[in-house]
Amino acid sequence: MLVHLRRSFTMALICLVIFGFAYAFAGTGVAQLLFKFQANGSITANGSTLIGQNWTSPKFFHGRPDDFGPYAANAATNTAGGDNPLVANGFHGQSGATNLGPHSKVLLANTKKLVAYWHSMGVNPTPDLVTTSGSGYDPDISPQDALVQIPMVAKATGLSAATLTKLINSQTHGAQFGFLGASYIDVLQLNEALAKLT
Amino acid sequence: MTQTIARGPIGFMEAIKQLGTNGGGFLNANSATTFENPTGLTNFLSMYLLLAIPVALTHTFGKMVGSIRHGVALLSVMALLFGVWVGFTSFAEHQNNPAVAAAGVHSTVGNTEGKEVRFGDTSSALFGVASTMTSTGSADAAYDSFTPVGGMGLMTGMMLGEVTPGGTGSGLYTLLIYAIIAVFIGGLMIGRTPEYLGKKIQAREVKLAGLAALVMPVVVLVVTAIAVSVAAGRAGPLNAGPHGFSEILYGLTSQGNNNGSAFGGLTGNTPFYNIVGAIDMLLGRFAIMVPVLALGGALAAKNVVPESLGTFRTDNGMFVGLTIGVILIIGGLTFFPAISLGPIVEQLSHGRFF
Repeated sequence: MLVHLRRSFTMALICLVIFGFAYAFAGTGVAQLLFKFQANGSITANGSTLIGQNWTSPKFFHGRPDDFGPYAANAATNTAGGDNPLVANGFHGQSGATNLGPHSKVLLANTKKLVAYWHSMGVNPTPDLVTTSGSGYDPDISPQDALVQIPMVAKATGLSAATLTKLINSQTHGAQFGFLGASYIDVLQLNEALAKLT
Repeated sequence: MTQTIARGPIGFMEAIKQLGTNGGGFLNANSATTFENPTGLTNFLSMYLLLAIPVALTHTFGKMVGSIRHGVALLSVMALLFGVWVGFTSFAEHQNNPAVAAAGVHSTVGNTEGKEVRFGDTSSALFGVASTMTSTGSADAAYDSFTPVGGMGLMTGMMLGEVTPGGTGSGLYTLLIYAIIAVFIGGLMIGRTPEYLGKKIQAREVKLAGLAALVMPVVVLVVTAIAVSVAAGRAGPLNAGPHGFSEILYGLTSQGNNNGSAFGGLTGNTPFYNIVGAIDMLLGRFAIMVPVLALGGALAAKNVVPESLGTFRTDNGMFVGLTIGVILIIGGLTFFPAISLGPIVEQLSHGRFF
Protein backbone atom coordinates (compact mmCIF):
# COMPACT_ATOMS: atom_id res chain seq x y z
CA MET A 1 0.00 0.00 0.00
CA LEU A 2 2.70 2.49 1.03
CA VAL A 3 4.84 1.37 -1.90
CA HIS A 4 1.96 2.09 -4.29
CA LEU A 5 1.38 5.50 -2.76
CA ARG A 6 5.05 6.37 -2.99
CA ARG A 7 5.26 5.27 -6.61
CA SER A 8 2.13 7.21 -7.58
CA PHE A 9 3.41 10.31 -5.84
CA THR A 10 6.82 10.05 -7.52
CA MET A 11 5.21 9.50 -10.91
CA ALA A 12 2.97 12.54 -10.45
CA LEU A 13 5.99 14.63 -9.46
CA ILE A 14 8.02 13.47 -12.47
CA CYS A 15 5.12 14.20 -14.84
CA LEU A 16 4.67 17.63 -13.29
CA VAL A 17 8.31 18.48 -13.89
CA ILE A 18 8.52 17.02 -17.39
CA PHE A 19 5.18 18.13 -18.82
CA GLY A 20 4.61 21.19 -16.69
CA PHE A 21 8.04 22.76 -16.94
CA ALA A 22 10.42 21.01 -19.34
CA TYR A 23 7.82 20.68 -22.14
CA ALA A 24 6.60 24.24 -21.71
CA PHE A 25 10.08 25.77 -21.75
CA ALA A 26 11.29 23.53 -24.57
CA GLY A 27 8.21 24.45 -26.61
CA THR A 28 8.73 28.15 -26.04
CA GLY A 29 12.46 27.82 -26.80
CA VAL A 30 11.95 25.93 -30.07
CA ALA A 31 9.20 28.34 -31.16
CA GLN A 32 11.36 31.37 -30.42
CA LEU A 33 14.31 29.82 -32.24
CA LEU A 34 12.54 28.61 -35.39
CA PHE A 35 9.34 30.66 -35.69
CA LYS A 36 10.10 33.85 -33.83
CA PHE A 37 7.81 36.07 -35.94
CA GLN A 38 4.81 33.71 -35.82
CA ALA A 39 5.34 32.74 -32.17
CA ASN A 40 5.19 36.38 -31.15
CA GLY A 41 1.86 36.93 -32.88
CA SER A 42 2.84 37.84 -36.48
CA ILE A 43 3.06 41.49 -35.47
CA THR A 44 4.11 43.89 -38.23
CA ALA A 45 4.59 47.65 -38.19
CA ASN A 46 0.87 48.09 -38.88
CA GLY A 47 -0.41 45.53 -36.38
CA SER A 48 -0.77 41.75 -36.37
CA THR A 49 -1.77 40.18 -39.67
CA LEU A 50 -3.77 37.66 -37.63
CA ILE A 51 -5.97 40.17 -35.80
CA GLY A 52 -8.70 42.09 -37.59
CA GLN A 53 -8.56 45.86 -37.41
CA ASN A 54 -11.07 48.68 -37.54
CA TRP A 55 -11.34 50.08 -41.07
CA THR A 56 -13.66 53.06 -41.45
CA SER A 57 -12.20 55.00 -44.40
CA PRO A 58 -13.69 54.17 -47.82
CA LYS A 59 -10.11 54.37 -49.15
CA PHE A 60 -9.46 50.93 -47.69
CA PHE A 61 -11.11 47.52 -47.89
CA HIS A 62 -13.05 46.75 -44.73
CA GLY A 63 -12.95 43.57 -42.68
CA ARG A 64 -15.88 41.76 -41.12
CA PRO A 65 -17.85 43.50 -38.38
CA ASP A 66 -17.29 42.68 -34.74
CA ASP A 67 -20.16 41.65 -32.53
CA PHE A 68 -20.53 44.93 -30.72
CA GLY A 69 -23.22 46.01 -33.13
CA PRO A 70 -23.44 47.71 -36.45
CA TYR A 71 -21.17 50.39 -37.73
CA ALA A 72 -22.07 53.14 -35.31
CA ALA A 73 -20.09 55.13 -32.81
CA ASN A 74 -20.55 53.92 -29.26
CA ALA A 75 -20.48 56.80 -26.80
CA ALA A 76 -20.60 54.56 -23.73
CA THR A 77 -17.30 52.81 -24.41
CA ASN A 78 -15.77 55.73 -26.31
CA THR A 79 -14.97 53.52 -29.28
CA ALA A 80 -15.73 53.90 -32.94
CA GLY A 81 -17.78 50.72 -33.13
CA GLY A 82 -17.88 49.14 -36.54
CA ASP A 83 -15.49 46.29 -37.05
CA ASN A 84 -13.30 47.43 -34.20
CA PRO A 85 -11.76 44.25 -32.71
CA LEU A 86 -10.96 46.11 -29.52
CA VAL A 87 -14.52 45.60 -28.45
CA ALA A 88 -15.05 42.09 -29.82
CA ASN A 89 -17.54 40.32 -27.57
CA GLY A 90 -18.33 43.65 -25.96
CA PHE A 91 -15.22 43.45 -23.83
CA HIS A 92 -11.89 45.06 -24.54
CA GLY A 93 -9.22 42.60 -25.61
CA GLN A 94 -11.45 39.52 -25.43
CA SER A 95 -12.27 37.26 -28.33
CA GLY A 96 -15.78 35.96 -28.79
CA ALA A 97 -18.83 35.62 -31.01
CA THR A 98 -22.32 37.09 -30.75
CA ASN A 99 -23.77 33.64 -29.99
CA LEU A 100 -27.04 34.77 -31.56
CA GLY A 101 -29.12 31.94 -32.98
CA PRO A 102 -30.22 31.91 -36.63
CA HIS A 103 -33.81 32.83 -35.69
CA SER A 104 -32.87 35.65 -33.32
CA LYS A 105 -34.71 38.98 -33.63
CA VAL A 106 -31.59 40.75 -32.39
CA LEU A 107 -29.50 39.16 -35.12
CA LEU A 108 -32.09 40.16 -37.72
CA ALA A 109 -32.10 43.79 -36.51
CA ASN A 110 -28.28 43.96 -36.39
CA THR A 111 -27.97 42.46 -39.86
CA LYS A 112 -30.50 44.95 -41.27
CA LYS A 113 -28.47 47.83 -39.79
CA LEU A 114 -25.27 46.43 -41.29
CA VAL A 115 -26.92 46.03 -44.71
CA ALA A 116 -28.04 49.67 -44.50
CA TYR A 117 -24.50 50.72 -43.53
CA TRP A 118 -22.99 48.94 -46.52
CA HIS A 119 -25.60 50.38 -48.89
CA SER A 120 -24.71 53.87 -47.63
CA MET A 121 -21.09 53.11 -48.55
CA GLY A 122 -22.17 52.07 -52.04
CA VAL A 123 -21.55 48.38 -51.46
CA ASN A 124 -23.92 45.48 -52.05
CA PRO A 125 -22.76 43.28 -49.15
CA THR A 126 -22.07 39.55 -49.08
CA PRO A 127 -23.05 37.44 -45.99
CA ASP A 128 -19.50 37.62 -44.56
CA LEU A 129 -19.70 41.41 -44.45
CA VAL A 130 -22.94 41.48 -42.45
CA THR A 131 -22.20 38.63 -40.05
CA THR A 132 -19.66 38.45 -37.25
CA SER A 133 -17.01 35.77 -37.01
CA GLY A 134 -16.37 33.10 -34.39
CA SER A 135 -13.41 34.92 -32.84
CA GLY A 136 -14.87 38.41 -33.25
CA TYR A 137 -11.65 39.60 -34.91
CA ASP A 138 -11.47 37.58 -38.12
CA PRO A 139 -8.56 39.15 -40.04
CA ASP A 140 -9.71 37.72 -43.37
CA ILE A 141 -12.39 38.24 -45.96
CA SER A 142 -13.21 36.04 -48.93
CA PRO A 143 -12.28 37.17 -52.48
CA GLN A 144 -15.99 37.77 -53.13
CA ASP A 145 -16.20 40.06 -50.07
CA ALA A 146 -13.33 42.14 -51.48
CA LEU A 147 -14.76 42.26 -55.01
CA VAL A 148 -18.08 43.74 -53.85
CA GLN A 149 -16.18 46.57 -52.10
CA ILE A 150 -14.52 47.69 -55.37
CA PRO A 151 -17.09 50.46 -56.14
CA MET A 152 -16.47 52.05 -52.72
CA VAL A 153 -12.67 51.86 -52.91
CA ALA A 154 -12.51 52.88 -56.58
CA LYS A 155 -14.59 56.00 -55.89
CA ALA A 156 -12.51 57.06 -52.88
CA THR A 157 -9.05 56.33 -54.30
CA GLY A 158 -9.58 56.99 -58.00
CA LEU A 159 -8.07 53.63 -58.94
CA SER A 160 -9.77 51.72 -61.74
CA ALA A 161 -11.88 48.67 -61.06
CA ALA A 162 -9.54 46.57 -63.21
CA THR A 163 -6.51 47.55 -61.09
CA LEU A 164 -8.36 46.70 -57.90
CA THR A 165 -9.54 43.33 -59.27
CA LYS A 166 -5.95 42.51 -60.18
CA LEU A 167 -4.81 43.53 -56.70
CA ILE A 168 -7.47 41.32 -55.08
CA ASN A 169 -6.49 38.35 -57.24
CA SER A 170 -2.81 38.77 -56.34
CA GLN A 171 -3.67 38.87 -52.61
CA THR A 172 -5.94 35.81 -52.62
CA HIS A 173 -4.66 32.81 -50.68
CA GLY A 174 -6.21 29.60 -51.97
CA ALA A 175 -7.45 26.86 -49.66
CA GLN A 176 -4.36 25.21 -48.17
CA PHE A 177 -3.09 22.41 -50.44
CA GLY A 178 -6.26 23.03 -52.41
CA PHE A 179 -8.69 21.45 -49.95
CA LEU A 180 -8.01 22.51 -46.35
CA GLY A 181 -10.25 25.41 -45.34
CA ALA A 182 -11.44 28.06 -47.81
CA SER A 183 -9.73 30.73 -49.93
CA TYR A 184 -9.25 34.05 -48.13
CA ILE A 185 -7.60 37.46 -48.22
CA ASP A 186 -5.80 39.03 -45.28
CA VAL A 187 -7.38 42.50 -45.02
CA LEU A 188 -4.28 44.13 -43.52
CA GLN A 189 -1.98 42.81 -46.27
CA LEU A 190 -4.52 43.76 -48.94
CA ASN A 191 -4.69 47.32 -47.64
CA GLU A 192 -0.91 47.58 -47.34
CA ALA A 193 -0.64 46.58 -51.00
CA LEU A 194 -3.43 49.04 -51.84
CA ALA A 195 -1.63 51.87 -50.03
CA LYS A 196 1.43 51.30 -52.24
CA LEU A 197 -0.69 51.89 -55.35
CA THR A 198 -2.17 55.20 -54.23
CA MET B 1 -5.86 53.70 -31.46
CA THR B 2 -3.95 50.87 -29.81
CA GLN B 3 -4.82 47.20 -29.81
CA THR B 4 -4.66 44.93 -26.79
CA ILE B 5 -3.52 41.53 -28.01
CA ALA B 6 -3.50 38.60 -25.61
CA ARG B 7 -0.42 36.43 -26.16
CA GLY B 8 1.17 33.50 -24.40
CA PRO B 9 2.55 30.02 -24.92
CA ILE B 10 -0.46 29.01 -27.03
CA GLY B 11 0.94 26.84 -29.81
CA PHE B 12 2.18 23.77 -27.98
CA MET B 13 -0.64 23.89 -25.41
CA GLU B 14 -2.90 23.49 -28.43
CA ALA B 15 -1.46 20.05 -29.19
CA ILE B 16 -2.29 18.61 -25.77
CA LYS B 17 -5.65 20.38 -25.72
CA GLN B 18 -6.72 18.44 -28.83
CA LEU B 19 -4.84 15.17 -28.30
CA GLY B 20 -6.08 14.84 -24.71
CA THR B 21 -9.66 15.55 -25.92
CA ASN B 22 -9.74 18.33 -23.36
CA GLY B 23 -10.84 21.23 -25.51
CA GLY B 24 -10.42 24.10 -23.07
CA GLY B 25 -9.03 27.04 -25.01
CA PHE B 26 -6.23 29.43 -24.15
CA LEU B 27 -8.35 32.27 -25.54
CA ASN B 28 -12.05 32.83 -25.00
CA ALA B 29 -13.11 32.00 -28.57
CA ASN B 30 -11.08 28.77 -28.47
CA SER B 31 -9.94 27.36 -31.84
CA ALA B 32 -11.81 30.09 -33.73
CA THR B 33 -9.06 32.57 -32.82
CA THR B 34 -6.16 33.05 -35.19
CA PHE B 35 -3.54 32.55 -32.51
CA GLU B 36 -4.88 29.09 -31.64
CA ASN B 37 -5.79 27.99 -35.14
CA PRO B 38 -4.34 30.23 -37.87
CA THR B 39 -4.73 28.18 -41.06
CA GLY B 40 -6.63 25.40 -42.79
CA LEU B 41 -3.68 23.12 -42.06
CA THR B 42 -3.75 23.72 -38.29
CA ASN B 43 -7.50 23.15 -38.40
CA PHE B 44 -6.90 19.79 -40.07
CA LEU B 45 -4.15 18.87 -37.60
CA SER B 46 -6.47 19.75 -34.71
CA MET B 47 -9.11 17.36 -36.03
CA TYR B 48 -6.48 14.67 -36.59
CA LEU B 49 -5.23 14.99 -33.01
CA LEU B 50 -8.63 14.91 -31.37
CA LEU B 51 -9.67 11.83 -33.33
CA ALA B 52 -6.33 10.00 -33.11
CA ILE B 53 -6.50 8.18 -29.76
CA PRO B 54 -10.21 7.22 -29.59
CA VAL B 55 -10.12 5.85 -33.15
CA ALA B 56 -6.80 4.03 -32.64
CA LEU B 57 -8.15 2.37 -29.48
CA THR B 58 -10.41 0.17 -31.62
CA HIS B 59 -7.24 -1.41 -33.02
CA THR B 60 -5.82 -1.79 -29.51
CA PHE B 61 -9.07 -3.50 -28.54
CA GLY B 62 -8.83 -5.85 -31.52
CA LYS B 63 -5.27 -6.79 -30.57
CA MET B 64 -6.18 -7.35 -26.93
CA VAL B 65 -9.10 -9.67 -27.64
CA GLY B 66 -7.05 -11.45 -30.27
CA SER B 67 -9.28 -10.59 -33.21
CA ILE B 68 -8.58 -7.48 -35.28
CA ARG B 69 -11.94 -8.07 -37.01
CA HIS B 70 -13.74 -7.25 -33.75
CA GLY B 71 -11.88 -3.95 -33.59
CA VAL B 72 -12.72 -3.22 -37.22
CA ALA B 73 -16.41 -3.94 -36.52
CA LEU B 74 -16.43 -1.34 -33.73
CA LEU B 75 -14.54 1.11 -35.94
CA SER B 76 -17.15 0.62 -38.67
CA VAL B 77 -19.94 1.49 -36.23
CA MET B 78 -18.10 4.69 -35.31
CA ALA B 79 -17.23 5.62 -38.89
CA LEU B 80 -20.70 5.04 -40.33
CA LEU B 81 -22.46 7.16 -37.70
CA PHE B 82 -19.74 9.83 -37.91
CA GLY B 83 -20.12 10.01 -41.70
CA VAL B 84 -23.89 10.46 -41.54
CA TRP B 85 -23.56 13.18 -38.90
CA VAL B 86 -20.90 15.06 -40.88
CA GLY B 87 -23.11 14.78 -43.95
CA PHE B 88 -26.27 16.34 -42.57
CA THR B 89 -24.49 18.87 -40.36
CA SER B 90 -22.42 20.29 -43.21
CA PHE B 91 -25.47 20.26 -45.48
CA ALA B 92 -27.36 22.29 -42.87
CA GLU B 93 -24.47 24.73 -42.47
CA HIS B 94 -24.30 25.20 -46.23
CA GLN B 95 -27.78 26.78 -46.13
CA ASN B 96 -28.31 30.50 -45.76
CA ASN B 97 -28.66 31.94 -42.27
CA PRO B 98 -32.42 32.76 -42.00
CA ALA B 99 -31.78 36.15 -40.36
CA VAL B 100 -29.26 37.14 -43.05
CA ALA B 101 -31.65 36.02 -45.80
CA ALA B 102 -34.50 37.97 -44.18
CA ALA B 103 -32.29 41.08 -44.15
CA GLY B 104 -32.04 40.79 -47.93
CA VAL B 105 -28.59 39.26 -48.42
CA HIS B 106 -28.63 36.15 -50.57
CA SER B 107 -25.69 33.92 -51.26
CA THR B 108 -24.35 30.49 -51.89
CA VAL B 109 -21.64 30.53 -49.23
CA GLY B 110 -23.72 29.07 -46.40
CA ASN B 111 -24.25 30.21 -42.83
CA THR B 112 -21.42 32.67 -42.11
CA GLU B 113 -22.56 33.94 -38.71
CA GLY B 114 -20.00 32.91 -36.09
CA LYS B 115 -17.68 31.29 -38.64
CA GLU B 116 -14.21 32.27 -39.75
CA VAL B 117 -13.56 33.04 -43.44
CA ARG B 118 -10.41 30.92 -43.60
CA PHE B 119 -12.30 27.73 -42.63
CA GLY B 120 -15.65 28.22 -44.34
CA ASP B 121 -18.86 26.36 -43.51
CA THR B 122 -17.82 22.80 -44.44
CA SER B 123 -14.59 22.72 -42.40
CA SER B 124 -16.39 24.35 -39.47
CA ALA B 125 -19.15 21.72 -39.56
CA LEU B 126 -16.61 18.89 -39.80
CA PHE B 127 -14.63 20.30 -36.89
CA GLY B 128 -17.81 20.71 -34.86
CA VAL B 129 -18.93 17.12 -35.40
CA ALA B 130 -15.45 15.74 -34.69
CA SER B 131 -15.21 17.80 -31.52
CA THR B 132 -18.64 16.88 -30.13
CA MET B 133 -18.51 13.21 -31.14
CA THR B 134 -15.24 12.83 -29.27
CA SER B 135 -15.36 14.35 -25.82
CA THR B 136 -13.14 17.25 -26.91
CA GLY B 137 -15.48 20.21 -27.08
CA SER B 138 -13.09 22.66 -28.71
CA ALA B 139 -14.70 24.95 -31.30
CA ASP B 140 -13.52 26.72 -34.44
CA ALA B 141 -16.87 28.48 -34.88
CA ALA B 142 -19.68 29.71 -32.66
CA TYR B 143 -21.85 26.61 -32.25
CA ASP B 144 -24.69 28.76 -30.93
CA SER B 145 -25.01 30.40 -34.33
CA PHE B 146 -25.21 27.13 -36.27
CA THR B 147 -28.47 26.52 -38.12
CA PRO B 148 -31.06 24.56 -36.06
CA VAL B 149 -30.28 21.27 -37.84
CA GLY B 150 -26.53 21.93 -37.69
CA GLY B 151 -26.76 22.62 -33.96
CA MET B 152 -28.84 19.46 -33.58
CA GLY B 153 -26.06 17.50 -35.30
CA LEU B 154 -23.59 18.68 -32.67
CA MET B 155 -25.98 18.11 -29.77
CA THR B 156 -27.05 14.63 -30.84
CA GLY B 157 -23.40 13.68 -31.38
CA MET B 158 -23.05 13.96 -27.62
CA MET B 159 -26.47 12.48 -26.85
CA LEU B 160 -25.57 9.17 -28.49
CA GLY B 161 -23.24 8.77 -25.52
CA GLU B 162 -20.13 9.98 -27.33
CA VAL B 163 -19.32 6.62 -28.86
CA THR B 164 -18.45 7.75 -32.38
CA PRO B 165 -15.56 7.65 -31.55
CA GLY B 166 -15.98 9.19 -28.08
CA GLY B 167 -13.40 10.25 -25.55
CA THR B 168 -10.07 8.53 -25.03
CA GLY B 169 -11.17 5.25 -23.46
CA SER B 170 -14.64 6.34 -22.40
CA GLY B 171 -15.82 6.16 -26.01
CA LEU B 172 -14.69 2.57 -26.36
CA TYR B 173 -16.23 1.31 -23.12
CA THR B 174 -19.53 3.06 -23.81
CA LEU B 175 -19.60 1.51 -27.28
CA LEU B 176 -18.96 -1.93 -25.72
CA ILE B 177 -22.03 -1.36 -23.52
CA TYR B 178 -24.08 -0.84 -26.68
CA ALA B 179 -22.41 -3.87 -28.28
CA ILE B 180 -23.51 -6.05 -25.33
CA ILE B 181 -27.09 -4.77 -25.63
CA ALA B 182 -26.88 -5.51 -29.37
CA VAL B 183 -25.79 -9.14 -28.87
CA PHE B 184 -28.54 -9.51 -26.26
CA ILE B 185 -31.14 -8.35 -28.78
CA GLY B 186 -29.53 -10.49 -31.48
CA GLY B 187 -29.59 -13.48 -29.10
CA LEU B 188 -33.29 -12.94 -28.41
CA MET B 189 -33.98 -12.95 -32.13
CA ILE B 190 -32.29 -16.29 -32.79
CA GLY B 191 -33.25 -17.80 -29.45
CA ARG B 192 -29.79 -18.55 -28.07
CA THR B 193 -27.87 -17.37 -25.05
CA PRO B 194 -26.00 -14.32 -26.35
CA GLU B 195 -22.22 -14.30 -26.26
CA TYR B 196 -19.64 -11.58 -26.83
CA LEU B 197 -16.00 -12.57 -27.34
CA GLY B 198 -16.82 -16.07 -26.11
CA LYS B 199 -18.31 -14.83 -22.82
CA LYS B 200 -21.93 -15.63 -22.07
CA ILE B 201 -24.06 -12.51 -21.64
CA GLN B 202 -26.64 -13.33 -19.01
CA ALA B 203 -29.26 -11.47 -16.98
CA ARG B 204 -26.72 -9.83 -14.66
CA GLU B 205 -24.61 -8.47 -17.54
CA VAL B 206 -27.61 -7.17 -19.46
CA LYS B 207 -28.93 -5.43 -16.34
CA LEU B 208 -25.56 -3.74 -15.79
CA ALA B 209 -25.30 -2.74 -19.47
CA GLY B 210 -28.84 -1.35 -19.42
CA LEU B 211 -28.06 0.61 -16.27
CA ALA B 212 -24.86 2.02 -17.78
CA ALA B 213 -26.67 3.05 -20.97
CA LEU B 214 -29.38 4.85 -18.98
CA VAL B 215 -27.20 6.80 -16.53
CA MET B 216 -26.26 9.65 -18.87
CA PRO B 217 -29.71 10.28 -20.44
CA VAL B 218 -31.43 10.22 -17.04
CA VAL B 219 -28.90 12.60 -15.46
CA VAL B 220 -28.94 15.01 -18.41
CA LEU B 221 -32.72 15.08 -18.82
CA VAL B 222 -33.42 15.44 -15.09
CA VAL B 223 -31.00 18.36 -14.65
CA THR B 224 -32.35 19.98 -17.84
CA ALA B 225 -35.89 19.64 -16.48
CA ILE B 226 -34.76 21.26 -13.23
CA ALA B 227 -33.00 24.07 -15.10
CA VAL B 228 -36.05 24.99 -17.17
CA SER B 229 -38.33 24.73 -14.14
CA VAL B 230 -36.64 27.32 -11.94
CA ALA B 231 -36.14 31.03 -12.57
CA ALA B 232 -32.38 30.83 -11.97
CA GLY B 233 -32.11 28.30 -14.78
CA ARG B 234 -34.31 30.21 -17.20
CA ALA B 235 -32.20 33.34 -16.63
CA GLY B 236 -29.27 31.64 -18.37
CA PRO B 237 -29.99 31.67 -22.11
CA LEU B 238 -29.13 34.64 -24.33
CA ASN B 239 -31.51 33.71 -27.14
CA ALA B 240 -35.29 33.67 -26.79
CA GLY B 241 -37.71 30.97 -27.90
CA PRO B 242 -36.76 27.39 -28.73
CA HIS B 243 -33.12 28.37 -29.24
CA GLY B 244 -32.95 29.39 -25.58
CA PHE B 245 -34.10 25.92 -24.60
CA SER B 246 -31.49 24.46 -26.96
CA GLU B 247 -28.82 26.46 -25.12
CA ILE B 248 -29.81 24.96 -21.76
CA LEU B 249 -30.17 21.45 -23.18
CA TYR B 250 -26.86 21.69 -25.03
CA GLY B 251 -25.01 23.05 -22.01
CA LEU B 252 -26.19 20.29 -19.67
CA THR B 253 -25.75 17.56 -22.30
CA SER B 254 -22.20 18.76 -22.85
CA GLN B 255 -21.45 18.70 -19.13
CA GLY B 256 -23.09 15.33 -18.59
CA ASN B 257 -20.94 13.88 -21.36
CA ASN B 258 -17.72 15.56 -20.26
CA ASN B 259 -17.64 17.35 -23.63
CA GLY B 260 -17.13 20.96 -22.65
CA SER B 261 -18.35 22.69 -25.78
CA ALA B 262 -21.26 25.07 -25.39
CA PHE B 263 -23.88 27.13 -27.09
CA GLY B 264 -21.92 30.13 -25.86
CA GLY B 265 -24.96 32.34 -25.26
CA LEU B 266 -25.80 30.48 -22.05
CA THR B 267 -24.53 32.37 -19.02
CA GLY B 268 -23.21 29.36 -17.14
CA ASN B 269 -21.17 31.12 -14.47
CA THR B 270 -23.98 31.57 -11.97
CA PRO B 271 -24.37 29.76 -8.61
CA PHE B 272 -27.27 27.73 -10.01
CA TYR B 273 -25.46 26.49 -13.14
CA ASN B 274 -22.24 25.94 -11.20
CA ILE B 275 -23.93 23.60 -8.71
CA VAL B 276 -26.23 21.84 -11.18
CA GLY B 277 -23.40 21.59 -13.71
CA ALA B 278 -21.01 20.12 -11.14
CA ILE B 279 -23.55 17.43 -10.16
CA ASP B 280 -24.22 16.79 -13.86
CA MET B 281 -20.50 16.37 -14.62
CA LEU B 282 -19.77 14.17 -11.60
CA LEU B 283 -22.70 11.82 -12.21
CA GLY B 284 -22.26 11.81 -15.99
CA ARG B 285 -18.60 10.94 -15.61
CA PHE B 286 -18.44 8.61 -12.63
CA ALA B 287 -21.90 7.09 -12.15
CA ILE B 288 -21.52 5.32 -15.51
CA MET B 289 -18.17 3.86 -14.46
CA VAL B 290 -19.66 1.83 -11.59
CA PRO B 291 -21.81 -0.47 -13.77
CA VAL B 292 -19.05 -0.53 -16.41
CA LEU B 293 -16.49 -1.77 -13.88
CA ALA B 294 -18.99 -4.27 -12.42
CA LEU B 295 -19.70 -5.53 -15.92
CA GLY B 296 -15.99 -5.85 -16.67
CA GLY B 297 -15.45 -7.80 -13.46
CA ALA B 298 -18.42 -10.09 -14.12
CA LEU B 299 -17.23 -10.87 -17.66
CA ALA B 300 -13.60 -11.39 -16.63
CA ALA B 301 -14.66 -14.07 -14.13
CA LYS B 302 -16.45 -16.11 -16.80
CA ASN B 303 -15.00 -18.97 -18.77
CA VAL B 304 -14.66 -18.66 -22.53
CA VAL B 305 -17.23 -20.75 -24.40
CA PRO B 306 -15.83 -22.32 -27.57
CA GLU B 307 -17.30 -20.91 -30.78
CA SER B 308 -19.80 -23.09 -32.63
CA LEU B 309 -21.82 -22.86 -35.83
CA GLY B 310 -24.77 -21.40 -33.93
CA THR B 311 -22.76 -18.60 -32.33
CA PHE B 312 -24.03 -15.12 -33.19
CA ARG B 313 -21.08 -13.54 -35.01
CA THR B 314 -19.90 -10.24 -33.54
CA ASP B 315 -17.40 -9.24 -36.22
CA ASN B 316 -19.55 -8.89 -39.34
CA GLY B 317 -21.90 -6.45 -41.04
CA MET B 318 -24.98 -7.81 -39.29
CA PHE B 319 -23.48 -7.02 -35.89
CA VAL B 320 -22.39 -3.55 -37.05
CA GLY B 321 -25.92 -2.81 -38.26
CA LEU B 322 -27.50 -4.13 -35.07
CA THR B 323 -25.19 -2.04 -32.87
CA ILE B 324 -25.90 1.11 -34.89
CA GLY B 325 -29.60 0.36 -34.51
CA VAL B 326 -29.27 -0.01 -30.73
CA ILE B 327 -27.32 3.26 -30.44
CA LEU B 328 -29.86 5.16 -32.54
CA ILE B 329 -32.88 3.66 -30.78
CA ILE B 330 -31.56 4.29 -27.26
CA GLY B 331 -30.33 7.79 -28.16
CA GLY B 332 -33.43 8.54 -30.22
CA LEU B 333 -36.03 7.30 -27.76
CA THR B 334 -34.48 9.02 -24.77
CA PHE B 335 -33.67 12.39 -26.33
CA PHE B 336 -36.19 12.83 -29.16
CA PRO B 337 -38.80 14.62 -27.01
CA ALA B 338 -36.20 17.11 -25.76
CA ILE B 339 -34.71 17.62 -29.24
CA SER B 340 -38.13 18.24 -30.71
CA LEU B 341 -38.74 21.10 -28.25
CA GLY B 342 -35.49 22.77 -29.25
CA PRO B 343 -33.87 22.50 -32.68
CA ILE B 344 -36.79 20.78 -34.43
CA VAL B 345 -39.33 23.43 -33.40
CA GLU B 346 -36.84 26.11 -34.42
CA GLN B 347 -36.26 24.53 -37.80
CA LEU B 348 -39.97 24.15 -38.48
CA SER B 349 -40.83 27.73 -37.47
CA HIS B 350 -40.28 29.02 -41.01
CA GLY B 351 -39.74 32.75 -41.12
CA ARG B 352 -40.48 33.33 -37.45
CA PHE B 353 -37.97 35.17 -35.31
CA PHE B 354 -37.81 35.05 -31.53
